[in-house]
Amino acid sequence: MSARRVAGVAAMIAMMTASASAAAERLVLSLSHHRVLVTSSFTGTEVVLFGSIERDQTAALPRRGYDVVVTVTGPRESERTRRKERVLGIWVNVEAHTFVNVPNYLAALSNKPLDTITNADLQRRLQIGLANTVLPQKTAPVVADAPQEDPFRMAFLRLKKEHGLYIERDNGVTFFTPTLFRADIPLPSNVPFGLYDVDVKLFADGAMIAESTSALEVIKVGFEQFVADAARDYGLLYGLATAMLALLIGWFASVVFRRD
Amino acid sequence: MLPSRTRGFAEPAVSFVQIYLPIADLPVNVFLILAMGLAVGFISGMFGIGGGFLMTPLLIFIGVTPGVAVASVASHIAASSCSGAISYWRRKAIDPSLALMLLAGGVIGTAVGVWLFTLMRALDQLDLMIALSYLTLLSIVGALMVSESVRSIMRARVGKPVVLRRPGSHIWFHGLPFKFRFKRSMIYVSAIPVWVIGFLMGFVGAIMGIGGGFLLVPMLIYLLRVPTATVIGTSMVLTMVTMASATVMHSVTNHLVDAVLALILMVGGVIGAQFGARAGQKISGEWLRLLLGLLVLMVGLRFAFQLVLHPDDLYSLRIVEGMP
Repeated sequence: MSARRVAGVAAMIAMMTASASAAAERLVLSLSHHRVLVTSSFTGTEVVLFGSIERDQTAALPRRGYDVVVTVTGPRESERTRRKERVLGIWVNVEAHTFVNVPNYLAALSNKPLDTITNADLQRRLQIGLANTVLPQKTAPVVADAPQEDPFRMAFLRLKKEHGLYIERDNGVTFFTPTLFRADIPLPSNVPFGLYDVDVKLFADGAMIAESTSALEVIKVGFEQFVADAARDYGLLYGLATAMLALLIGWFASVVFRRD
Repeated sequence: MLPSRTRGFAEPAVSFVQIYLPIADLPVNVFLILAMGLAVGFISGMFGIGGGFLMTPLLIFIGVTPGVAVASVASHIAASSCSGAISYWRRKAIDPSLALMLLAGGVIGTAVGVWLFTLMRALDQLDLMIALSYLTLLSIVGALMVSESVRSIMRARVGKPVVLRRPGSHIWFHGLPFKFRFKRSMIYVSAIPVWVIGFLMGFVGAIMGIGGGFLLVPMLIYLLRVPTATVIGTSMVLTMVTMASATVMHSVTNHLVDAVLALILMVGGVIGAQFGARAGQKISGEWLRLLLGLLVLMVGLRFAFQLVLHPDDLYSLRIVEGMP
Protein backbone atom coordinates (compact mmCIF):
# COMPACT_ATOMS: atom_id res chain seq x y z
CA MET A 1 0.00 0.00 0.00
CA SER A 2 2.62 2.46 1.12
CA ALA A 3 4.75 2.30 -2.00
CA ARG A 4 1.82 3.04 -4.22
CA ARG A 5 0.50 5.71 -1.93
CA VAL A 6 3.89 7.44 -1.72
CA ALA A 7 4.11 7.34 -5.49
CA GLY A 8 0.62 8.75 -5.70
CA VAL A 9 1.36 11.56 -3.27
CA ALA A 10 4.60 12.39 -5.05
CA ALA A 11 2.79 12.50 -8.35
CA MET A 12 0.11 14.68 -6.86
CA ILE A 13 2.60 17.16 -5.48
CA ALA A 14 4.35 17.22 -8.83
CA MET A 15 1.04 17.80 -10.57
CA MET A 16 0.03 20.55 -8.21
CA THR A 17 3.24 22.48 -8.47
CA ALA A 18 3.27 22.00 -12.21
CA SER A 19 -0.29 23.17 -12.54
CA ALA A 20 0.28 26.14 -10.25
CA SER A 21 3.02 27.42 -12.48
CA ALA A 22 1.49 26.54 -15.83
CA ALA A 23 -2.18 27.22 -15.35
CA ALA A 24 -4.13 29.38 -12.99
CA GLU A 25 -7.48 27.66 -12.76
CA ARG A 26 -9.19 27.55 -9.44
CA LEU A 27 -12.13 25.41 -8.33
CA VAL A 28 -14.93 26.94 -6.31
CA LEU A 29 -17.25 24.37 -4.77
CA SER A 30 -20.59 24.49 -3.04
CA LEU A 31 -22.66 21.63 -1.60
CA SER A 32 -26.45 21.75 -1.38
CA HIS A 33 -26.22 20.25 2.12
CA HIS A 34 -23.32 19.89 4.48
CA ARG A 35 -25.40 17.81 6.83
CA VAL A 36 -27.69 14.97 5.91
CA LEU A 37 -30.08 13.92 8.65
CA VAL A 38 -31.21 10.31 8.61
CA THR A 39 -34.61 9.84 10.21
CA SER A 40 -36.90 6.83 10.39
CA SER A 41 -38.47 7.67 7.04
CA PHE A 42 -35.13 8.10 5.27
CA THR A 43 -35.08 6.23 1.97
CA GLY A 44 -31.98 7.79 0.47
CA THR A 45 -31.26 11.24 -0.86
CA GLU A 46 -28.93 13.18 -3.12
CA VAL A 47 -26.54 15.93 -2.21
CA VAL A 48 -25.82 18.28 -5.08
CA LEU A 49 -22.36 19.64 -5.62
CA PHE A 50 -21.98 22.81 -7.66
CA GLY A 51 -18.60 23.82 -8.98
CA SER A 52 -17.22 26.70 -10.89
CA ILE A 53 -13.89 26.87 -12.66
CA GLU A 54 -12.32 30.29 -12.24
CA ARG A 55 -9.52 31.42 -14.53
CA ASP A 56 -7.44 34.44 -13.73
CA GLN A 57 -5.44 36.67 -16.06
CA THR A 58 -2.31 34.56 -15.83
CA ALA A 59 -4.14 31.67 -17.42
CA ALA A 60 -2.64 30.77 -20.73
CA LEU A 61 -4.59 30.06 -23.85
CA PRO A 62 -8.24 29.12 -23.52
CA ARG A 63 -8.42 25.38 -23.11
CA ARG A 64 -10.33 23.04 -25.33
CA GLY A 65 -12.40 21.77 -22.42
CA TYR A 66 -12.32 20.77 -18.82
CA ASP A 67 -12.99 17.39 -17.21
CA VAL A 68 -14.01 16.87 -13.62
CA VAL A 69 -13.69 13.84 -11.38
CA VAL A 70 -15.51 13.93 -8.04
CA THR A 71 -14.55 11.38 -5.40
CA VAL A 72 -16.68 11.12 -2.26
CA THR A 73 -15.17 8.99 0.49
CA GLY A 74 -17.25 7.94 3.47
CA PRO A 75 -16.14 6.91 6.96
CA ARG A 76 -13.60 4.11 7.09
CA GLU A 77 -14.26 0.68 8.49
CA SER A 78 -12.87 -2.82 8.34
CA GLU A 79 -14.91 -5.39 6.48
CA ARG A 80 -14.58 -9.10 5.98
CA THR A 81 -15.26 -10.60 2.59
CA ARG A 82 -16.14 -14.26 2.88
CA ARG A 83 -16.23 -16.89 0.20
CA LYS A 84 -18.46 -19.95 0.23
CA GLU A 85 -17.49 -23.33 -1.09
CA ARG A 86 -19.29 -26.64 -1.19
CA VAL A 87 -18.16 -28.85 1.68
CA LEU A 88 -19.83 -32.26 2.06
CA GLY A 89 -22.73 -31.08 -0.08
CA ILE A 90 -23.48 -27.87 1.76
CA TRP A 91 -22.27 -24.33 1.19
CA VAL A 92 -19.88 -23.09 3.85
CA ASN A 93 -17.75 -19.96 4.29
CA VAL A 94 -14.29 -21.37 3.77
CA GLU A 95 -12.11 -18.33 3.30
CA ALA A 96 -12.34 -14.75 4.50
CA HIS A 97 -10.16 -11.70 3.88
CA THR A 98 -10.37 -8.60 6.05
CA PHE A 99 -10.25 -5.29 4.21
CA VAL A 100 -8.64 -2.94 6.67
CA ASN A 101 -9.71 0.66 7.03
CA VAL A 102 -11.54 0.91 3.73
CA PRO A 103 -14.21 3.51 2.93
CA ASN A 104 -17.67 2.30 3.82
CA TYR A 105 -19.00 4.56 1.07
CA LEU A 106 -17.23 5.58 -2.10
CA ALA A 107 -18.53 7.46 -5.11
CA ALA A 108 -16.51 8.24 -8.22
CA LEU A 109 -18.38 10.65 -10.48
CA SER A 110 -17.05 12.13 -13.69
CA ASN A 111 -18.34 13.93 -16.77
CA LYS A 112 -17.11 11.20 -19.13
CA PRO A 113 -15.41 7.83 -18.93
CA LEU A 114 -12.18 8.05 -16.93
CA ASP A 115 -10.15 6.52 -19.74
CA THR A 116 -11.04 9.42 -21.99
CA ILE A 117 -10.12 11.95 -19.29
CA THR A 118 -6.62 10.80 -18.57
CA ASN A 119 -4.32 7.82 -19.03
CA ALA A 120 -4.39 4.68 -16.90
CA ASP A 121 -1.12 5.48 -15.21
CA LEU A 122 -2.31 8.82 -13.85
CA GLN A 123 -5.66 7.35 -12.88
CA ARG A 124 -3.86 4.81 -10.74
CA ARG A 125 -1.52 7.33 -9.18
CA LEU A 126 -4.35 9.71 -8.30
CA GLN A 127 -6.55 6.79 -7.20
CA ILE A 128 -9.53 7.89 -9.24
CA GLY A 129 -12.22 5.39 -10.04
CA LEU A 130 -13.16 2.31 -8.04
CA ALA A 131 -10.68 0.10 -9.86
CA ASN A 132 -7.83 2.35 -8.77
CA THR A 133 -8.79 2.74 -5.14
CA VAL A 134 -6.39 1.24 -2.65
CA LEU A 135 -8.17 -1.48 -0.66
CA PRO A 136 -5.68 -2.96 1.79
CA GLN A 137 -6.35 -6.60 2.69
CA LYS A 138 -5.03 -8.26 5.79
CA THR A 139 -3.55 -11.62 5.06
CA ALA A 140 -1.72 -13.09 8.05
CA PRO A 141 1.00 -10.64 9.15
CA VAL A 142 0.98 -8.27 6.19
CA VAL A 143 -1.52 -5.69 5.07
CA ALA A 144 -1.36 -5.00 1.37
CA ASP A 145 -3.50 -4.01 -1.55
CA ALA A 146 -4.11 -6.80 -4.01
CA PRO A 147 -3.94 -6.56 -7.79
CA GLN A 148 -7.12 -5.46 -9.55
CA GLU A 149 -7.95 -9.01 -10.66
CA ASP A 150 -7.84 -10.41 -7.12
CA PRO A 151 -11.12 -12.34 -6.66
CA PHE A 152 -11.69 -11.04 -3.12
CA ARG A 153 -11.09 -7.48 -4.21
CA MET A 154 -13.45 -7.90 -7.15
CA ALA A 155 -16.10 -9.51 -4.94
CA PHE A 156 -15.76 -6.74 -2.38
CA LEU A 157 -16.25 -4.03 -5.01
CA ARG A 158 -19.16 -5.88 -6.58
CA LEU A 159 -20.97 -6.40 -3.27
CA LYS A 160 -20.45 -2.80 -2.22
CA LYS A 161 -21.86 -1.69 -5.58
CA GLU A 162 -24.86 -3.99 -5.13
CA HIS A 163 -25.50 -2.47 -1.72
CA GLY A 164 -25.44 0.96 -3.36
CA LEU A 165 -22.45 2.03 -1.28
CA TYR A 166 -19.81 2.07 -4.01
CA ILE A 167 -20.87 4.11 -6.99
CA GLU A 168 -19.14 4.81 -10.27
CA ARG A 169 -20.86 7.04 -12.82
CA ASP A 170 -19.16 8.46 -15.86
CA ASN A 171 -22.15 10.75 -16.42
CA GLY A 172 -22.33 11.85 -12.79
CA VAL A 173 -20.95 15.31 -13.52
CA THR A 174 -22.83 17.67 -15.82
CA PHE A 175 -21.43 20.88 -17.30
CA PHE A 176 -23.94 23.75 -17.71
CA THR A 177 -21.42 26.06 -19.27
CA PRO A 178 -17.80 25.26 -20.08
CA THR A 179 -16.80 26.40 -16.58
CA LEU A 180 -19.84 25.59 -14.46
CA PHE A 181 -20.73 22.03 -13.43
CA ARG A 182 -22.88 20.07 -11.08
CA ALA A 183 -22.62 16.56 -9.60
CA ASP A 184 -25.34 14.61 -7.82
CA ILE A 185 -23.94 12.59 -4.95
CA PRO A 186 -26.34 9.70 -4.30
CA LEU A 187 -26.71 8.62 -0.68
CA PRO A 188 -28.68 5.36 -0.37
CA SER A 189 -31.05 4.45 2.45
CA ASN A 190 -28.38 2.37 4.17
CA VAL A 191 -25.86 5.22 4.05
CA PRO A 192 -23.20 4.91 6.77
CA PHE A 193 -22.97 7.66 9.35
CA GLY A 194 -20.02 9.96 9.74
CA LEU A 195 -17.87 12.41 7.85
CA TYR A 196 -17.55 12.29 4.08
CA ASP A 197 -14.70 13.85 2.16
CA VAL A 198 -15.61 15.36 -1.17
CA ASP A 199 -12.61 15.67 -3.45
CA VAL A 200 -12.84 17.35 -6.86
CA LYS A 201 -10.10 17.08 -9.42
CA LEU A 202 -10.00 19.25 -12.52
CA PHE A 203 -8.39 17.92 -15.68
CA ALA A 204 -7.53 19.50 -18.97
CA ASP A 205 -5.82 17.77 -21.85
CA GLY A 206 -5.22 14.66 -19.76
CA ALA A 207 -3.43 16.45 -16.93
CA MET A 208 -4.70 17.43 -13.51
CA ILE A 209 -4.64 21.20 -13.20
CA ALA A 210 -6.51 21.90 -9.97
CA GLU A 211 -7.98 20.16 -6.97
CA SER A 212 -10.33 21.25 -4.22
CA THR A 213 -12.03 19.53 -1.31
CA SER A 214 -15.16 19.88 0.73
CA ALA A 215 -16.92 17.71 3.29
CA LEU A 216 -20.34 16.63 4.38
CA GLU A 217 -21.69 14.82 7.39
CA VAL A 218 -24.36 12.15 7.64
CA ILE A 219 -26.06 12.08 11.01
CA LYS A 220 -28.63 9.66 12.38
CA VAL A 221 -31.23 11.63 14.31
CA GLY A 222 -34.18 10.87 16.48
CA PHE A 223 -35.22 7.61 18.03
CA GLU A 224 -33.19 5.34 15.72
CA GLN A 225 -29.98 7.09 16.63
CA PHE A 226 -30.82 6.83 20.29
CA VAL A 227 -31.51 3.11 19.99
CA ALA A 228 -28.40 2.39 17.93
CA ASP A 229 -26.17 4.36 20.29
CA ALA A 230 -27.67 2.73 23.36
CA ALA A 231 -27.24 -0.75 21.91
CA ARG A 232 -23.60 -0.10 21.13
CA ASP A 233 -22.52 1.91 24.16
CA TYR A 234 -24.73 0.61 26.97
CA GLY A 235 -25.29 -3.03 26.02
CA LEU A 236 -26.27 -4.17 29.50
CA LEU A 237 -28.77 -1.36 30.16
CA TYR A 238 -30.16 -1.71 26.65
CA GLY A 239 -30.60 -5.45 27.09
CA LEU A 240 -32.24 -5.05 30.48
CA ALA A 241 -34.58 -2.37 29.12
CA THR A 242 -35.56 -4.53 26.14
CA ALA A 243 -36.16 -7.56 28.34
CA MET A 244 -38.25 -5.48 30.77
CA LEU A 245 -40.23 -4.06 27.87
CA ALA A 246 -40.91 -7.59 26.63
CA LEU A 247 -42.14 -8.76 30.03
CA LEU A 248 -44.23 -5.63 30.40
CA ILE A 249 -45.92 -6.11 27.04
CA GLY A 250 -46.54 -9.74 27.94
CA TRP A 251 -48.10 -8.73 31.25
CA PHE A 252 -50.15 -6.02 29.56
CA ALA A 253 -51.48 -8.49 26.99
CA SER A 254 -52.48 -10.95 29.69
CA VAL A 255 -54.44 -8.19 31.45
CA VAL A 256 -56.12 -6.86 28.30
CA PHE A 257 -57.09 -10.27 26.95
CA ARG A 258 -57.97 -11.80 30.29
CA ARG A 259 -60.80 -14.23 29.82
CA ASP A 260 -61.10 -16.04 33.14
CA MET B 1 -41.26 -4.97 1.25
CA LEU B 2 -37.75 -6.23 0.64
CA PRO B 3 -34.80 -4.04 1.51
CA SER B 4 -34.39 -1.43 -1.13
CA ARG B 5 -30.62 -1.36 -1.08
CA THR B 6 -30.10 -2.73 -4.56
CA ARG B 7 -32.74 -0.68 -6.28
CA GLY B 8 -31.02 2.63 -6.80
CA PHE B 9 -32.24 5.99 -5.66
CA ALA B 10 -35.04 7.08 -7.93
CA GLU B 11 -37.63 6.17 -5.32
CA PRO B 12 -39.98 8.63 -3.61
CA ALA B 13 -38.18 10.28 -0.74
CA VAL B 14 -40.72 9.69 2.01
CA SER B 15 -43.15 6.91 2.70
CA PHE B 16 -45.20 6.33 5.80
CA VAL B 17 -44.99 2.65 6.21
CA GLN B 18 -41.23 2.45 5.91
CA ILE B 19 -39.40 2.32 9.18
CA TYR B 20 -35.69 2.11 9.65
CA LEU B 21 -34.53 -0.72 11.92
CA PRO B 22 -31.54 0.73 13.76
CA ILE B 23 -29.65 -2.48 14.52
CA ALA B 24 -30.68 -4.60 11.54
CA ASP B 25 -29.70 -1.51 9.49
CA LEU B 26 -32.58 -2.07 7.17
CA PRO B 27 -35.60 -0.05 6.07
CA VAL B 28 -38.67 -2.26 6.31
CA ASN B 29 -42.41 -1.95 5.92
CA VAL B 30 -44.02 -1.67 9.36
CA PHE B 31 -47.13 -3.52 8.26
CA LEU B 32 -45.13 -6.42 6.88
CA ILE B 33 -43.41 -6.93 10.24
CA LEU B 34 -46.67 -6.42 12.10
CA ALA B 35 -48.40 -8.97 9.86
CA MET B 36 -45.59 -11.44 10.45
CA GLY B 37 -45.99 -10.93 14.19
CA LEU B 38 -49.75 -11.49 13.90
CA ALA B 39 -49.42 -14.60 11.74
CA VAL B 40 -46.78 -16.22 13.90
CA GLY B 41 -48.68 -15.14 17.03
CA PHE B 42 -51.81 -16.81 15.62
CA ILE B 43 -49.96 -20.06 15.00
CA SER B 44 -48.27 -19.94 18.38
CA GLY B 45 -51.56 -19.33 20.15
CA MET B 46 -53.17 -22.16 18.20
CA PHE B 47 -50.50 -24.71 19.09
CA GLY B 48 -49.49 -23.31 22.46
CA ILE B 49 -45.89 -22.69 21.43
CA GLY B 50 -43.63 -19.64 21.38
CA GLY B 51 -43.30 -19.53 17.61
CA GLY B 52 -39.62 -18.59 17.58
CA PHE B 53 -38.83 -21.42 15.15
CA LEU B 54 -41.11 -19.70 12.62
CA MET B 55 -40.31 -16.08 13.38
CA THR B 56 -36.53 -16.35 13.19
CA PRO B 57 -36.54 -18.01 9.72
CA LEU B 58 -39.16 -15.53 8.45
CA LEU B 59 -36.96 -12.60 9.47
CA ILE B 60 -33.95 -14.23 7.82
CA PHE B 61 -35.96 -14.70 4.62
CA ILE B 62 -36.90 -10.98 4.45
CA GLY B 63 -33.26 -9.94 4.70
CA VAL B 64 -32.50 -9.52 8.40
CA THR B 65 -29.14 -11.13 9.14
CA PRO B 66 -29.47 -14.43 11.06
CA GLY B 67 -27.60 -12.97 14.04
CA VAL B 68 -29.97 -10.03 14.46
CA ALA B 69 -32.98 -12.28 13.85
CA VAL B 70 -32.00 -14.76 16.57
CA ALA B 71 -31.14 -12.06 19.10
CA SER B 72 -34.26 -9.95 18.49
CA VAL B 73 -36.71 -12.85 18.42
CA ALA B 74 -35.49 -13.81 21.91
CA SER B 75 -37.17 -10.72 23.36
CA HIS B 76 -40.30 -11.32 21.26
CA ILE B 77 -40.63 -14.82 22.75
CA ALA B 78 -40.00 -13.47 26.24
CA ALA B 79 -43.06 -11.23 25.76
CA SER B 80 -45.39 -13.92 24.42
CA SER B 81 -44.37 -16.53 27.01
CA CYS B 82 -44.74 -13.94 29.76
CA SER B 83 -48.39 -13.30 28.93
CA GLY B 84 -48.94 -17.07 28.73
CA ALA B 85 -47.16 -17.73 32.00
CA ILE B 86 -49.25 -15.13 33.83
CA SER B 87 -52.54 -16.66 32.75
CA TYR B 88 -51.31 -20.16 33.73
CA TRP B 89 -50.16 -18.75 37.08
CA ARG B 90 -53.65 -17.46 37.77
CA ARG B 91 -55.00 -20.93 37.12
CA LYS B 92 -52.34 -22.38 39.43
CA ALA B 93 -51.09 -24.47 36.52
CA ILE B 94 -47.42 -23.81 37.21
CA ASP B 95 -45.11 -25.87 39.40
CA PRO B 96 -42.83 -23.22 40.95
CA SER B 97 -40.23 -25.59 42.38
CA LEU B 98 -39.90 -27.49 39.10
CA ALA B 99 -39.66 -24.19 37.21
CA LEU B 100 -36.85 -23.02 39.52
CA MET B 101 -34.92 -26.28 39.05
CA LEU B 102 -35.25 -26.03 35.27
CA LEU B 103 -34.14 -22.41 35.40
CA ALA B 104 -30.96 -23.28 37.29
CA GLY B 105 -29.87 -25.26 34.24
CA GLY B 106 -31.58 -22.92 31.77
CA VAL B 107 -29.68 -19.75 32.62
CA ILE B 108 -26.32 -21.55 32.44
CA GLY B 109 -27.35 -23.10 29.13
CA THR B 110 -28.26 -19.66 27.78
CA ALA B 111 -24.88 -18.26 28.79
CA VAL B 112 -23.05 -21.14 27.07
CA GLY B 113 -25.25 -20.69 23.99
CA VAL B 114 -24.52 -16.95 23.76
CA TRP B 115 -20.80 -17.69 24.17
CA LEU B 116 -20.88 -20.17 21.28
CA PHE B 117 -22.92 -17.70 19.20
CA THR B 118 -20.24 -15.01 19.72
CA LEU B 119 -17.45 -17.45 18.90
CA MET B 120 -19.08 -18.67 15.68
CA ARG B 121 -19.73 -15.09 14.62
CA ALA B 122 -16.04 -14.26 14.96
CA LEU B 123 -15.23 -17.35 12.85
CA ASP B 124 -17.72 -16.29 10.09
CA GLN B 125 -19.71 -19.48 10.67
CA LEU B 126 -22.69 -18.06 12.55
CA ASP B 127 -25.12 -18.25 9.62
CA LEU B 128 -24.05 -21.80 8.91
CA MET B 129 -24.45 -22.83 12.53
CA ILE B 130 -27.95 -21.33 12.69
CA ALA B 131 -29.02 -22.99 9.44
CA LEU B 132 -27.57 -26.37 10.43
CA SER B 133 -29.14 -26.32 13.88
CA TYR B 134 -32.51 -25.46 12.37
CA LEU B 135 -32.18 -28.17 9.75
CA THR B 136 -31.25 -30.95 12.20
CA LEU B 137 -33.54 -30.03 15.03
CA LEU B 138 -36.62 -29.20 12.98
CA SER B 139 -36.44 -32.15 10.62
CA ILE B 140 -35.98 -34.64 13.48
CA VAL B 141 -38.67 -33.12 15.67
CA GLY B 142 -41.01 -32.56 12.72
CA ALA B 143 -40.66 -36.15 11.53
CA LEU B 144 -41.25 -37.50 15.05
CA MET B 145 -44.33 -35.33 15.53
CA VAL B 146 -45.81 -36.26 12.17
CA SER B 147 -45.29 -39.99 12.64
CA GLU B 148 -46.54 -39.91 16.23
CA SER B 149 -49.68 -37.99 15.37
CA VAL B 150 -50.41 -40.10 12.29
CA ARG B 151 -50.12 -43.23 14.42
CA SER B 152 -52.48 -41.88 17.06
CA ILE B 153 -54.98 -40.75 14.43
CA MET B 154 -54.87 -44.27 12.93
CA ARG B 155 -55.25 -45.82 16.37
CA ALA B 156 -58.20 -43.60 17.16
CA ARG B 157 -59.79 -44.66 13.89
CA VAL B 158 -59.33 -48.36 14.69
CA GLY B 159 -60.76 -47.70 18.12
CA LYS B 160 -57.87 -48.60 20.43
CA PRO B 161 -57.35 -46.32 23.44
CA VAL B 162 -54.41 -43.92 23.32
CA VAL B 163 -51.92 -44.67 26.09
CA LEU B 164 -49.88 -41.58 26.89
CA ARG B 165 -48.48 -42.48 30.27
CA ARG B 166 -47.37 -46.03 30.72
CA PRO B 167 -47.53 -46.68 34.46
CA GLY B 168 -44.70 -48.64 35.98
CA SER B 169 -42.26 -48.10 33.15
CA HIS B 170 -38.92 -46.90 34.40
CA ILE B 171 -36.16 -44.98 32.66
CA TRP B 172 -32.57 -45.44 33.89
CA PHE B 173 -32.13 -41.85 35.08
CA HIS B 174 -35.02 -42.20 37.47
CA GLY B 175 -32.48 -43.98 39.68
CA LEU B 176 -30.14 -40.97 39.87
CA PRO B 177 -29.44 -39.24 43.21
CA PHE B 178 -30.57 -35.74 44.37
CA LYS B 179 -34.18 -36.77 44.30
CA PHE B 180 -36.73 -34.05 44.76
CA ARG B 181 -40.44 -34.14 45.33
CA PHE B 182 -42.23 -31.62 43.11
CA LYS B 183 -45.49 -31.26 44.96
CA ARG B 184 -47.74 -29.57 42.47
CA SER B 185 -46.72 -31.91 39.66
CA MET B 186 -46.83 -34.89 42.04
CA ILE B 187 -43.59 -36.36 40.77
CA TYR B 188 -40.50 -37.56 42.64
CA VAL B 189 -37.43 -37.41 40.36
CA SER B 190 -33.73 -36.69 40.46
CA ALA B 191 -32.74 -33.04 39.93
CA ILE B 192 -30.02 -34.04 37.43
CA PRO B 193 -32.26 -34.72 34.39
CA VAL B 194 -34.22 -31.57 35.27
CA TRP B 195 -31.04 -29.48 35.16
CA VAL B 196 -29.92 -31.15 31.94
CA ILE B 197 -33.24 -30.43 30.23
CA GLY B 198 -33.14 -26.81 31.44
CA PHE B 199 -29.56 -26.43 30.22
CA LEU B 200 -30.40 -27.85 26.78
CA MET B 201 -33.38 -25.55 26.35
CA GLY B 202 -31.39 -22.47 27.35
CA PHE B 203 -28.55 -23.45 25.02
CA VAL B 204 -30.73 -24.20 22.01
CA GLY B 205 -32.80 -21.07 22.63
CA ALA B 206 -29.78 -18.79 22.67
CA ILE B 207 -28.24 -20.06 19.44
CA MET B 208 -31.47 -20.54 17.48
CA GLY B 209 -33.78 -17.81 18.75
CA ILE B 210 -36.49 -20.24 19.78
CA GLY B 211 -38.27 -20.70 23.08
CA GLY B 212 -38.31 -24.42 22.45
CA GLY B 213 -41.75 -25.11 23.85
CA PHE B 214 -42.32 -27.72 21.15
CA LEU B 215 -39.28 -29.62 22.48
CA LEU B 216 -39.64 -28.95 26.17
CA VAL B 217 -43.25 -30.01 26.59
CA PRO B 218 -42.74 -33.53 25.16
CA MET B 219 -39.52 -33.93 27.17
CA LEU B 220 -41.25 -32.99 30.39
CA ILE B 221 -44.15 -35.32 29.65
CA TYR B 222 -42.27 -38.37 28.40
CA LEU B 223 -39.03 -38.15 30.41
CA LEU B 224 -40.05 -36.56 33.70
CA ARG B 225 -43.70 -37.65 33.66
CA VAL B 226 -44.88 -34.14 34.45
CA PRO B 227 -48.70 -34.18 34.33
CA THR B 228 -50.43 -32.22 31.55
CA ALA B 229 -51.98 -29.90 34.14
CA THR B 230 -48.69 -28.17 34.96
CA VAL B 231 -46.50 -28.92 31.94
CA ILE B 232 -47.33 -25.99 29.65
CA GLY B 233 -47.36 -23.31 32.35
CA THR B 234 -44.06 -24.53 33.79
CA SER B 235 -42.41 -24.67 30.38
CA MET B 236 -43.59 -21.12 29.69
CA VAL B 237 -41.89 -19.87 32.84
CA LEU B 238 -38.63 -21.48 31.72
CA THR B 239 -38.99 -20.00 28.22
CA MET B 240 -39.76 -16.56 29.59
CA VAL B 241 -36.72 -16.41 31.85
CA THR B 242 -34.22 -17.99 29.42
CA MET B 243 -35.35 -15.73 26.58
CA ALA B 244 -35.27 -12.60 28.75
CA SER B 245 -31.75 -13.48 29.88
CA ALA B 246 -30.77 -14.32 26.28
CA THR B 247 -31.95 -10.81 25.30
CA VAL B 248 -29.71 -9.25 27.94
CA MET B 249 -26.71 -11.47 27.10
CA HIS B 250 -27.00 -10.95 23.34
CA SER B 251 -27.18 -7.19 23.96
CA VAL B 252 -24.06 -7.21 26.11
CA THR B 253 -21.90 -9.44 23.89
CA ASN B 254 -22.95 -8.95 20.28
CA HIS B 255 -25.11 -5.78 20.29
CA LEU B 256 -27.44 -7.50 17.87
CA VAL B 257 -30.83 -7.05 19.59
CA ASP B 258 -33.01 -4.72 17.53
CA ALA B 259 -35.48 -3.26 20.03
CA VAL B 260 -37.59 -1.55 17.34
CA LEU B 261 -37.98 -4.78 15.39
CA ALA B 262 -38.70 -6.72 18.59
CA LEU B 263 -41.31 -4.19 19.70
CA ILE B 264 -43.31 -4.43 16.45
CA LEU B 265 -43.10 -8.23 16.57
CA MET B 266 -44.25 -8.31 20.19
CA VAL B 267 -47.31 -6.18 19.52
CA GLY B 268 -48.32 -8.30 16.53
CA GLY B 269 -47.48 -11.51 18.35
CA VAL B 270 -49.52 -11.01 21.51
CA ILE B 271 -52.61 -9.96 19.52
CA GLY B 272 -52.30 -12.83 17.05
CA ALA B 273 -51.87 -15.33 19.89
CA GLN B 274 -55.29 -14.47 21.31
CA PHE B 275 -57.07 -15.32 18.09
CA GLY B 276 -54.91 -18.39 17.54
CA ALA B 277 -55.78 -19.78 20.96
CA ARG B 278 -59.49 -19.62 20.11
CA ALA B 279 -58.96 -21.29 16.74
CA GLY B 280 -56.84 -24.00 18.36
CA GLN B 281 -59.66 -25.10 20.66
CA LYS B 282 -61.74 -26.13 17.65
CA ILE B 283 -59.28 -28.73 16.34
CA SER B 284 -58.56 -32.07 17.99
CA GLY B 285 -55.17 -32.68 19.62
CA GLU B 286 -53.90 -35.27 17.11
CA TRP B 287 -54.69 -33.15 14.09
CA LEU B 288 -53.16 -30.13 15.78
CA ARG B 289 -49.95 -32.09 16.39
CA LEU B 290 -49.93 -33.34 12.80
CA LEU B 291 -50.30 -29.80 11.45
CA LEU B 292 -47.59 -28.49 13.78
CA GLY B 293 -45.31 -31.39 12.82
CA LEU B 294 -45.76 -30.63 9.10
CA LEU B 295 -45.04 -26.95 9.72
CA VAL B 296 -41.87 -27.77 11.67
CA LEU B 297 -40.76 -30.16 8.94
CA MET B 298 -41.35 -27.57 6.22
CA VAL B 299 -39.22 -24.92 7.92
CA GLY B 300 -36.47 -27.52 8.39
CA LEU B 301 -36.60 -28.41 4.68
CA ARG B 302 -36.42 -24.75 3.73
CA PHE B 303 -33.08 -24.54 5.53
CA ALA B 304 -31.92 -27.75 3.83
CA PHE B 305 -32.58 -26.20 0.43
CA GLN B 306 -30.75 -23.05 1.40
CA LEU B 307 -27.70 -25.04 2.44
CA VAL B 308 -27.64 -27.36 -0.56
CA LEU B 309 -28.65 -25.07 -3.41
CA HIS B 310 -25.97 -23.06 -5.16
CA PRO B 311 -26.03 -19.64 -3.48
CA ASP B 312 -26.74 -16.59 -5.65
CA ASP B 313 -23.49 -15.13 -4.54
CA LEU B 314 -20.52 -17.04 -3.18
CA TYR B 315 -19.17 -13.93 -1.50
CA SER B 316 -20.61 -11.97 1.41
CA LEU B 317 -19.53 -9.00 3.53
CA ARG B 318 -19.46 -8.45 7.27
CA ILE B 319 -18.39 -5.25 9.01
CA VAL B 320 -15.77 -5.93 11.66
CA GLU B 321 -16.59 -4.08 14.86
CA GLY B 322 -13.89 -2.55 16.97
CA MET B 323 -11.46 -2.25 14.08
CA PRO B 324 -11.17 1.26 12.67
